[in-house]
This record gives sequence, structure tokens and C-alpha cells, in this order.
Amino acid sequence: MPSFLVFAERVGNDNGAKDGLTTSTLELLTLARRLGEPVAVVGAEPDEAVIGRLAEYGAAVVYCYGNVAEPAAQAAAISEAARWEQPCAVLIGTGPEGKRLAGRVAVRLDCGILTDAVDVEPGPVAVQSVAAGAWIVRSEGVGEIVVITVRPGAVRSQAAPAKPRVERIEPAAGHELSAARVVAHTPLPGGKRPALTEADIVVSGGRGVGSAEGFALIEQLADAFHGAVGASRGATDEHWYPREYQVGQTGKTVSPQLYLAAGISGAIQHRAGMQSSRTIVAIDTDPKAPIFQTADFGVVGDLFSVIPALLEEIGRRS
Amino acid sequence: MKIICLIKSVPASAADTGFSADHTLARDSVDGQLSELDEYAVEQAVRLREAGVAEQVTYLTMGPSSATEALSKALAIGGDDAVHVLDDALHGSDALATSLVLAVALERCGFDLVLCGMGSTDAEMSVVPSMVAERLGLPELAFAGELGVVDGTVRITRHTDHAVEQIEAALPALVSVTDQIGEARYPTFRNIVAARRKPVQVWSLADLGIEPALVGSAGAATAVRAIGAGPARAAGTIIGDSEVAAAALADFLAGRKLLPQP
Ligand SMILES: Cc1cc2nc3c(=O)[nH]c(=O)nc-3n(C[C@H](O)[C@H](O)[C@H](O)COP(=O)(O)OP(=O)(O)OC[C@H]3O[C@@H](n4cnc5c(N)ncnc54)[C@H](O)[C@@H]3O)c2cc1C
Ligand SMILES: Nc1ncnc2c1ncn2[C@@H]1O[C@H](COP(=O)(O)O)[C@@H](O)[C@H]1O
Repeated sequence: MPSFLVFAERVGNDNGAKDGLTTSTLELLTLARRLGEPVAVVGAEPDEAVIGRLAEYGAAVVYCYGNVAEPAAQAAAISEAARWEQPCAVLIGTGPEGKRLAGRVAVRLDCGILTDAVDVEPGPVAVQSVAAGAWIVRSEGVGEIVVITVRPGAVRSQAAPAKPRVERIEPAAGHELSAARVVAHTPLPGGKRPALTEADIVVSGGRGVGSAEGFALIEQLADAFHGAVGASRGATDEHWYPREYQVGQTGKTVSPQLYLAAGISGAIQHRAGMQSSRTIVAIDTDPKAPIFQTADFGVVGDLFSVIPALLEEIGRRS
Repeated sequence: MKIICLIKSVPASAADTGFSADHTLARDSVDGQLSELDEYAVEQAVRLREAGVAEQVTYLTMGPSSATEALSKALAIGGDDAVHVLDDALHGSDALATSLVLAVALERCGFDLVLCGMGSTDAEMSVVPSMVAERLGLPELAFAGELGVVDGTVRITRHTDHAVEQIEAALPALVSVTDQIGEARYPTFRNIVAARRKPVQVWSLADLGIEPALVGSAGAATAVRAIGAGPARAAGTIIGDSEVAAAALADFLAGRKLLPQP
């Protein structure tokens, strides 16, 4: 059975997940299990919480390389695990950090790299959605191994307990000299909402929201759904909402069960970050706004009247 | 200090983007333009040059002959000269090959600081900068929203999901910048004319000592197997605003089990 080496990504403690593993990690293990044997590599000491979680999602082997943060050193360790394991693919979550590691691992293994897969099929074949979903491209590595970054939400994570063998990898020395140092770290006020890229429901506002104060209504609707708040670049450029919440080509890629866009025209750069959402709902005053072309349900109307009415409707039904 | 700014030429309009029979992006048939996300890196390089922090700004691109358009645009914004790696054997290069060619060309140019965009607007992979940094053993400061260089140390500010960070490294180093760092200026007519006199060197693979078999379609480590039209989303229900709009929307959400559970 071909094995798939999954990079188990840890989240900062500020994020709250007690085992410290991203949702995307669990999705990758689920995906790997569908294709062959899932094997994990993690930048952690082999502690029970981390190993336990990886075991719960079916990892047959767990390679631990200690708490190493420097990308070059992490890439060296992941590549070392790949040399031991000889998997047919290294799977890494698509995200700014994931992509940086993936690129470095591909250089070290001198192999192909495919990014932003929305699915992986036997082969392994990476399925990519190009130009905001206009094209579906299927690609493969031509060598023995390929690095694939997979978008969050490609599969739904499912537990399938296993008893992994745990291996320790010594991180290679010598990366300190060429390392960049974090000299200041200011945590952002921890939100009570789910993380944007992991939320089941995302409510986003755009330039149509009109002001920073207007975003209170977007937040209210997101909270009614226990969802996350997103924004278009139209809104983040105006500083109505923080840049970290921008969805799109130069922001986050999300694919929640429900994406509700209010006052967002739906430029291709915005759609690139949300078009793979299961259900898309749009509220916009302009019937010609391109967002309606991707919407499963659209209301042509003023968000300041439609959203309060929807909130009332939700209140009445629950 | 010498800055090399990596810029990429991309198809001039998104609507033109298509695929050739060999499954590569059809880049040759359409006009090229400077990738918008690289304009931010160009602007930063030019500002450092104007502030006297950098003595030289050189642009480096690997691309087809139409990439001269992107180089001209960058040179019109500012900077001193450019290097164009141009070779028929490069057609179809993937990220692995692109990073190899850029790394070898960078070594040949010599540099203190490499500036890149956060991603190309056509390939959107955002991996080339890390791959170049890995090949050259450079510290990589990724996704800068602010950038400064003082006494041989580069410092950036970047926004992550959970924090705002300041990151620094001693030169030589590689920095990628986001679209938050500041719009590029419009080149003046005078600078557009002046840019025509700025030197552009053209290097072939032979000049760089790279085996053609390692790059292009021949050396690609990945291959496209199939391209199809994306799933057409079934046309949605679009309704006008009225007293019943919110109820209709709630019914739709309830039908898909998306209404919040009490
Ligand atoms: C290289 C590059 C990268 C980019 N990356 C991104 C990205 O990552 N994410 C992104 O979002 N954009 C990105 N953009 C910008 C993108 O092209 C659009 O400019 C942007 O998405 C527009 O934001 P918007 O839809 O909020 O604003 P607009 O296009 O101005 O749309 C506002 C909408 O609100 C509607 N409206 C107004 N008032 C109301 C009301 N009261 N009720 C309801 N509707 C109302 C209007 O009818 C309109 O449709 C990028 C652009 C470039 C060039
Ligand atoms: N062919 C190329 N020539 C020069 N620079 C490039 C090239 N391809 C990518 N880059 C640089 O790498 C960045 C990220 O590109 P990509 O990884 O293709 O998304 C770009 O913004 C450029 O700065």
C-alpha cells in the first residue's frame, strides 16, 4: 500500500486547540487514508496529546522532530522523514506557512510540487481549481515522490483509530546562521469566533457595508450562525475590518459549508478565495454584481434591511 | 547595497488566460505585463534606492521574449538595469526549474537583498521565493507588510492570523512583500523614455551553465494530465428585496440544514 507522509501542522497556543493540531492536519490524514497508508511527521516532542490525536485519525507511523520553528530546519526534518519513509507523496496544508515548507521540501527532495489541491486522487493525482473555478486541472509528479499542498476543506476529517509506531528524527543543525529572527510578537486579541479558514460558516462583508461600524451587523449575523467573519479587499483597504480577515487571492482561501457575502461585488480575485464553498449566498443591491453568478441563493437588496430581517427570521425559528 | 528584484511577466488580461495544446499556460501568444503583485516589490526597491539605502536595483526575470514589457514597466518605475533569462528550452518550466534558474542567475548577479512578490497572478503558487531561499541558504522574510534596512539588517512587519510580528535578519536575505506594503507609483512619461536607455542583459541557459534537460517541459517534475471546464454551478435562485425575502432565504438555508440549531 503506498504511504502518504502528512505534515502535521501545529497551531499556536493562543488558538485554543488542546492537542495543538490544525483541522487541516486531520483532513490530510483522512485524505491519505483514502489513498493508502497515512504517516505523519510533526514538529513536536512525542507527547501523548499529539501522538494520541494523530493515532485517532489513523497515522500508522509518527515521525517527531522536536519543537523546531525555523522553516529551513523544519523542511530538512520533513525531508529526512520522507527519505526514511519513501512515501509516494508528502501532503501539506495550503496556507502561507505550509506553502513555504512545501517549496523547501521539494527543493530538498528534488521533486515536483503541486499547490492548492482541492482533492487528491489515486496516482497520486492532484486536482486543482484554476481561475476561480473556471478550470479543473489534474496533475501528477513524474518522479517517485511529489509534494502536494491541499486546501483546507478538501475532505471532512473522520477518525479511524490506529496504533502508530513513533520514530524520533534529529533535526539537522546549522540552520541558525541563515535564520530570520522574530524580534517582536504582538498577539492579536483572541477572537471568540472560529478561525476563518476552519469555520463551517463564513459571513463576509465588502465595500457595500460602508463603514467600520457597519461591520457590527456582519459580526452579529456571523455570531447567529456561530461562524467566522470575512471581508473583501474593498473593505480591508478601507480599514473597516482587519486585513487578516480578507478572503481572496491575496487573502485567505476558504471553503465552508456556507459562505454568505454581503455588499461584495464578486471580483475574480475575491471569488478565487471562496468559490469552492458548498453553498454561496449573496446580498447585494446591484442585480448585475458578478457575485450572483456564483450564488446558490441571492437577494438583490440593501444588506442593512435584509440582514436584520434574516436575524429576526432566525430568532423566530430557533 | 545591491537589490535584485524578481519580477514575473504574466498574461496581460485574465480573460486571455488559456491553455495551449501542450497543457502549459498560453503565455507566448498573449501580451505580457508585469505581475501586479510584483509591482509592490518594485516600488519598495525603488524607495530604498531613493533613500540612499541601496546603490543599485537590478530586475531579474525568467520568461519568454514578451517579458521585456514587464522589465520596461519596472525600469520606468525606477531602478538601474535588468537581466532577462531567455531560452527556448525554458518553455514549460515548473516551480522546481524556475527556482533553479533564478538561484543560479542570482548568484551570478551578486546581491545583498532579494525582493519578490507574494505570488504570481497567473500561477498563484507562492512557492518560488521559498525555493530560491532554500537553494541559496538565505534567510527568508515572508509576506512583509512593511520593510526597512538599517546597518546591514533587514526588518519586516508581517500580519499572521494570530499576531503582528517583526522579523529581522542580517543581509544577505530574501524578502517577499504583500499588497499591503504600498501601491506602486505611476511611471512619468519622462521616466518611461529614460527607461529605454537602461541596460537589459539577456542570458541564455548556456550563459548560466544549466543543462537544458533540467528545465522546461523536458525537465518538468510535474505534468498536467487533464484539463476540463470547472463544474458549472447550477444557476441559483435570485430574488428581489421584499417583505418575504428574508423568509425565503431562511427557508432556503433550512432546506440545506444550514440554519443555526437552537
Ligand atoms: C492583484 C490583486 C489581488 C487582489 N486580491 C483580492 C483579495 O484577496 N480579496 C478581494 O476581495 N479582493 C482582491 N482584489 C480586489 C478585487 O479586484 C476587488 O477590487 C475587490 O474584491 C472589491 O471589493 P468589494 O466587492 O467589497 O467592493 P466593490 O467591488 O466596490 O463592491 C461593493 C458591492 O457592494 C454593493 N453594495 C453597496 N451598498 C450596498 C448595500 N447597502 N447593501 C448591499 N450591497 C451593497 C455594490 O452594489 C457592490 O456590488 C485584488 C485585486 C488585485 C489587482
Ligand atoms: N519566472 C520568474 N521570473 C522572475 N521572478 C519570478 C518568476 N516566477 C516567480 N517569480 C518570483 O516569485 C514570486 C512568487 O511567484 P510564484 O511562486 O510563481 O507564485 C513572484 O512574485 C516573483 O517575485
